[in-house]
Amino acid sequence: MSVPEVAESFTGEVSRVTLGATKDSGGTRTSTVTVGGARNMVYGGSRQDTGEKPVIAMDVLDSEPQDWPQVLAEPYKDVLDKPGEWAKKCVDELGADLICLKFEGIHPDKANKDASHAVKVTEEVLKAVGVPLVLWGCGNDEKDNQVMPKVSEAAKGENCLIGTVTEDNYKALTAIALADGHNLITEAPLDINIAKQVNILASDMGFPLKRIVTFQATGALGYGIEYAYSIQERQRLAALGGDKMMTMPVICDVGYESWRAKEAQLADAPGWGAVQDRGPMWEAATAICLLQAGVDIIRMRHPRAVATVKNFINQIWSSQ
Amino acid sequence: MALTGLEIFKLLPKTNCKKCGMPTCLAFAMQLAQKKAKLEDCPYVSEEAKEKLAAASEPPMRKVSFGSEDNQVQVGQETVMFRHEEKFYNPTVLAATVSDKLTGQDLKKRIESVNSLQFERVGTKIGAGAIAVINDSGEASAFAQTCSQVADSSSLATILVTESPEAMAAAVGKTSEATPLIASAKSDTAEAMAKIAKENNCPLVAKAESVEALAELAEKIKAEGVEDIVLSLDGLSLPEQLYNLSRMRALALKKVFRPLGHPTISFVADGDATAQSATATSLICKYSSIVVVDTVEPYAFLPMLTAVMNVFSDPQKPVQVEPKVYPIGEPDANAPLMFTTNFSLTYYTVESDVEASRVPSYILVVDTEGTSVLTAYSGDKLNEKTVADAMAKHNVEKLVKHRKLIIPGYVAVMSGKLEEATGWEVLVGPRECSMLPKYMHEIWK
Repeated sequence: MSVPEVAESFTGEVSRVTLGATKDSGGTRTSTVTVGGARNMVYGGSRQDTGEKPVIAMDVLDSEPQDWPQVLAEPYKDVLDKPGEWAKKCVDELGADLICLKFEGIHPDKANKDASHAVKVTEEVLKAVGVPLVLWGCGNDEKDNQVMPKVSEAAKGENCLIGTVTEDNYKALTAIALADGHNLITEAPLDINIAKQVNILASDMGFPLKRIVTFQATGALGYGIEYAYSIQERQRLAALGGDKMMTMPVICDVGYESWRAKEAQLADAPGWGAVQDRGPMWEAATAICLLQAGVDIIRMRHPRAVATVKNFINQIWSSQ
Repeated sequence: MALTGLEIFKLLPKTNCKKCGMPTCLAFAMQLAQKKAKLEDCPYVSEEAKEKLAAASEPPMRKVSFGSEDNQVQVGQETVMFRHEEKFYNPTVLAATVSDKLTGQDLKKRIESVNSLQFERVGTKIGAGAIAVINDSGEASAFAQTCSQVADSSSLATILVTESPEAMAAAVGKTSEATPLIASAKSDTAEAMAKIAKENNCPLVAKAESVEALAELAEKIKAEGVEDIVLSLDGLSLPEQLYNLSRMRALALKKVFRPLGHPTISFVADGDATAQSATATSLICKYSSIVVVDTVEPYAFLPMLTAVMNVFSDPQKPVQVEPKVYPIGEPDANAPLMFTTNFSLTYYTVESDVEASRVPSYILVVDTEGTSVLTAYSGDKLNEKTVADAMAKHNVEKLVKHRKLIIPGYVAVMSGKLEEATGWEVLVGPRECSMLPKYMHEIWK
């Protein structure tokens, strides 16, 4: 039976952002990663419209995490206090496309470490792995403004992805990321209007839109994922509709959010299955769910969850 | 697609005979468009007009239900591509398989493990909605026997899965009072399967390898007199399935292409429990009305069910928790007491961080009509009065011996007034509740 055409007349597309600089481009990375490029909604239109394959950025913390559940800490138990070795393990053994260096330890309420520590860790990780880096502050504006510019400088020329900048705190990091040749993460709290506003603010400072990746905040499965899901779909629709301030690829923080879930943490939960299976499953399911809405870079933590999600991505994006 | 009043008017006799009770045919048409009048009120309406109007009033995607009176499931009737446009209506039904090769204790155990896939989340019961009996044996008698045992030992809605019309005919009567979904008719068995579906008044799955073949098969089955059809794409890779499910949804909703205006079913059999759960999650999000999996692992089922719950929630209505006092851990009369709002996202974030602190505590949930702390404060739904009222209503004075209340850092500004209104000492907590564990350990002694 002949079936009508359902072709959409989208005019825009998600912009492509390339992370990492190899020797030829003045960096020391051994590989680069390109994300974005979708010309339709997820599974919409033809498979040629799907854009670049989504990638996984595995989290490495600058300081040994104090509050990781045992199931999550176990696979990394020998490297949790050695960021360089930790990163190497993620890349060599677990297939990380990117390393996301999260500066948890600089937070004033946590280990309150200083810029020299952060710079040292950055250098260590740059040396240990060849994949591009994501450099992510602690979320305390004052401390991030003190430390992250130094981190940026330490990774100058490596074409990293650095963040995050928010509506209330964007100037310092935007300026330094521009000067050091990095890409920028703009953050908004599950609010599409603020998301656009931060992009406009960064752009007004002369930061090229084509080097921005957006972070809309992430909710784990069962903990507000529906808000993140719909924001991502709306962002994709805005990009396809030609809104230049919304064409950026998207990063989401699945690792941190999903491991806070009761389903991942609770050791004794009769009827829910073993905790060893539950945590990695919850993290993987959160990532898979967000992939359906359209995300480009996924921050993740557990090796099993990473393997499950990589397997899914390879099925959908590679056999074109 | 609903017709406008003028479009309906064109189909009416235009005689203004007033027999319908309206002064003119146009007035009657307007009433029809607003569903305030019935077409039967017009004695002179033509057969052609009746058909067109009936067709136009049908939803773009049919509803299909099956199961027993007590355990009925319904699928279909969706109206949008993306949940933010309105909402998704009928949550995906998750089913687990039972093979008819199993017998005796093995069969009994398997049915029990499917039955036990029931959970409670956020005060709502969620669980497997159906049990799918698979004719792996290839024999009609074994299939009928297993179906009969499943009907006896499970109250879940059943899906009977066989490609053999003989096996289906043998099994279909075995589900006692309940209506099974029967799966599947292919092009060469369409007539035979449709006959069984019609005689037993069951919905029927149509299975084909392409969207075009599926549209044709669905029309063929409809011509045999079966209207409740569920569509199944057969033998495709996962990406092909997902792309075609999206295409079918668009054809049904945007093009009102009737042959594909039915709910869909997908079968997930490849990979381990985790891989099946991952695949099923993508099918839940992207338009499969029923997903049948082989795994019965609770750890794989719980996230699938949660995904259904989240994706099918109404984006217009904030999900709320009941305003009351929630004990976390086993708090005693010296345990800290704090409040937050009844927006579920706010509450569950606070709850998880209080749990993480491992300090047994009480969380008082103030009714802010499902808004977050800052929104509720600016909307005057969270102020010294609403907090004091909630404290009185839920008798917090009896719960704890101390008179100290921890408040969210974002509403520090209400401290003074709140102390006046309650006589309690107010302690300003952190702005972000991820700081709660540290706060509790350092400040709360």
